[in-house]
Amino acid sequence: MVNVILIAVLVLGLIGLAAAVILFIVSHKFAVHEDPRIAQVGAVLPGANCGGCGYPGCSGFAAACVKAANEGSLEGKLCPVGGQPVMEQVASILGMTVEMGAPKVAVVRCNGTCENRPRLAQFDGAKSCRVQQMTGMGETGCGYGCLGCGDCVSKCQFDALHMNPETGLPEVDEEKCTACGACAKACPRGIIEIRLKGPKGRRVVVLCNNKDKGAIANKACKASCIGCGKCVKTCEKFEAITLENNLAYIDAEKCKMCRKCEEACPKGAIHGFNFPPRKPKTEEPTAPSPQNTQSPQNTPNTPSTPTKEVEPSKAE
Amino acid sequence: MKTFKIGGVHPAENKLSASSPIREAALPKQAVFSMFQHIGAPAKPVVKKGDEVKVGTLLAEAGGFVSAPIHSSVSGKVSKVDVALDASGTRRMAVYVDVEGDEWEESIDRSPALVKLSDRPELDSKAIVEKIKNAGIVGMGGATFPCHVKLSPPPGSKAECVIINAVECEPYLTADHRLMLEHPEEILVGLQLIMKAVGVSKGYIGIENNKPDAIALMTEKAKNYAGIEVVPLKVKYPQGGEKQLIDAVISRQVPAPPAIPISVGAVVQNVGTAFAIYQAVMKNKPLIDRIITVTGKSVKQPSNLLARLGTPFQQLMDECGGLPEDTGKIIGGGPMMGKALLSLDVPMTKGSSGLLIMNDKETRRAEPQPCIRCAKCVSACPMGLEPYLLSKLSATADWEGAEKNDVVSCIECGSCQFTCPSHRPLLDMIRLGKTTVMGIIRSRAAK
Repeated sequence: MVNVILIAVLVLGLIGLAAAVILFIVSHKFAVHEDPRIAQVGAVLPGANCGGCGYPGCSGFAAACVKAANEGSLEGKLCPVGGQPVMEQVASILGMTVEMGAPKVAVVRCNGTCENRPRLAQFDGAKSCRVQQMTGMGETGCGYGCLGCGDCVSKCQFDALHMNPETGLPEVDEEKCTACGACAKACPRGIIEIRLKGPKGRRVVVLCNNKDKGAIANKACKASCIGCGKCVKTCEKFEAITLENNLAYIDAEKCKMCRKCEEACPKGAIHGFNFPPRKPKTEEPTAPSPQNTQSPQNTPNTPSTPTKEVEPSKAE
Repeated sequence: MKTFKIGGVHPAENKLSASSPIREAALPKQAVFSMFQHIGAPAKPVVKKGDEVKVGTLLAEAGGFVSAPIHSSVSGKVSKVDVALDASGTRRMAVYVDVEGDEWEESIDRSPALVKLSDRPELDSKAIVEKIKNAGIVGMGGATFPCHVKLSPPPGSKAECVIINAVECEPYLTADHRLMLEHPEEILVGLQLIMKAVGVSKGYIGIENNKPDAIALMTEKAKNYAGIEVVPLKVKYPQGGEKQLIDAVISRQVPAPPAIPISVGAVVQNVGTAFAIYQAVMKNKPLIDRIITVTGKSVKQPSNLLARLGTPFQQLMDECGGLPEDTGKIIGGGPMMGKALLSLDVPMTKGSSGLLIMNDKETRRAEPQPCIRCAKCVSACPMGLEPYLLSKLSATADWEGAEKNDVVSCIECGSCQFTCPSHRPLLDMIRLGKTTVMGIIRSRAAK
């Protein structure tokens, strides 16, 4: 009896010992040396795994940063969620310096509100923009505008996009938007653009994506760009506006924020974001006005506000 | 009685216009010819603004091998070459012709006399296919696949029989039914031409037994044509699907893509296509008109119209008593596979088999409920797929999983969605998955 117990203990003990030796050898022989800095960098990242940096999740980005640091430069690496503070931390861990690009924000380039863009039909299929896109034009006469099912909203990890039931359009909460670009990728019509936020959050944008000829675009939506080119003429000096496929586009890098194009647009398709309200009928030729009374915060639902501003001027 | 083996559903037939004879629709004031009337490369316009055209004049040439030319169905002047809203719901290139008079190209034989195959012994396989190609004939059942491609089997495959699809399993539609009742001999000669083109001696005509008059008439007439057999089929949707029809008629199963019907020795053509082939080869008439069923429960006068291509749907609607007040959906095609149209301001194309008006009550979709795992969709799927799973994979953007589960085999018949007690938008999501996966496969092949 005692023998049996002894033998069992001995055999099991020996097997355990042998296994431990094998494990020890193997763990040394096949050890994977991971740069400890990857874990350190990963720790300072937001951990949202949004993919906005272009890598598969935060750990992928951390590995890419370390690799880039080994090669000598962090250029082109940016966590859009964490922005400058996080990138500075990453750089200090890696013993590098980082030059930040200007902050960006998502812009919904469509102002086809229920009022501006009459609904010709009602889509009753699966509530998904991508499904609706397969039906062709969707609910309205505009084949380029927002489909309104909220694919972008469901992709936003930061609660920065919401559908406005009144306008039927998504609205960006600039405070929360991290410019990760998930919404831009989700939009089957490519309406959302990740754009320079601009000084004090001010920027001038063509809020339309319609590439149809003027007559068709005009019929489909009151606020559509008809490709008339008036804005291009007002901007001859800075050449910030280009007209391609019947659609004007403002280059954010070149734009001087003079807002002349906004006045020139006969359709009110160009919008200035976060500018102080205009004084009625006083000529202010150059824009960087000294009045900074308005902070950019109080205009989360910017796309709808400028419409109201512009419309009276159109009536003149 | 024969039918296909797996899946299938039984939607209400509603063949309201079955007893209304084909009548000719009036000429439109302006005809619009979309360059996208077929699957494959779009046609290339060969006319310009101001050109005079006659009925049968070439407007656009084929844009590739899998493509088809487009001929004018009216005489008049080309007013512009510009984009137009078409049945796909998008604005695409089209030729606009302002109609003046009704002058036909002299080469077209407009007499009603029947020309038999024995009257034209000089026609060989090559000549027939060439004529079909030049006449711009496409699959008239709705899929609009260029006809000459199907009649030019890829090397290594050999056709054994031709099957004419006269099933018309879509509810409401009766265009094929009326065509068989009014032009049986032309269809049979058309079938003979197809058989000669692909070099086979056996031809079948599959007809569902909800059309007993057509079955009787065709059987009677087919007695004079060697090698042609009429096969009555049990009513079940989607029997008109190419693969389902092959299974039903000759009990052979077409494997998953890239296999095609010719892989099992079958060439399937729609009955309307056979008629168009007869007209093209024997009468020299390119594809310029077709029979379209204009129907719906509230439509005053459900009809089968012989209408010229390019006629706006609005006009066809007016000829049948105008758009009913309780219209909920305007559908191009049948209720199962047709596509809802944004407006009646859309021209009819080669694939327009029906214009269906459904009232708001019968067409409105119910709010989707959670899947209760009843597997009704699985039993209904005629391709043996698992629709609930494919739809879920699409919804979660798992394209790899969707590809593994054979989403590309889906024929988009809608049986799953029809049968779902939870009213889930299964086909919507599966179609999204199928399009995406096919795109992925194409880009992979391009690499």
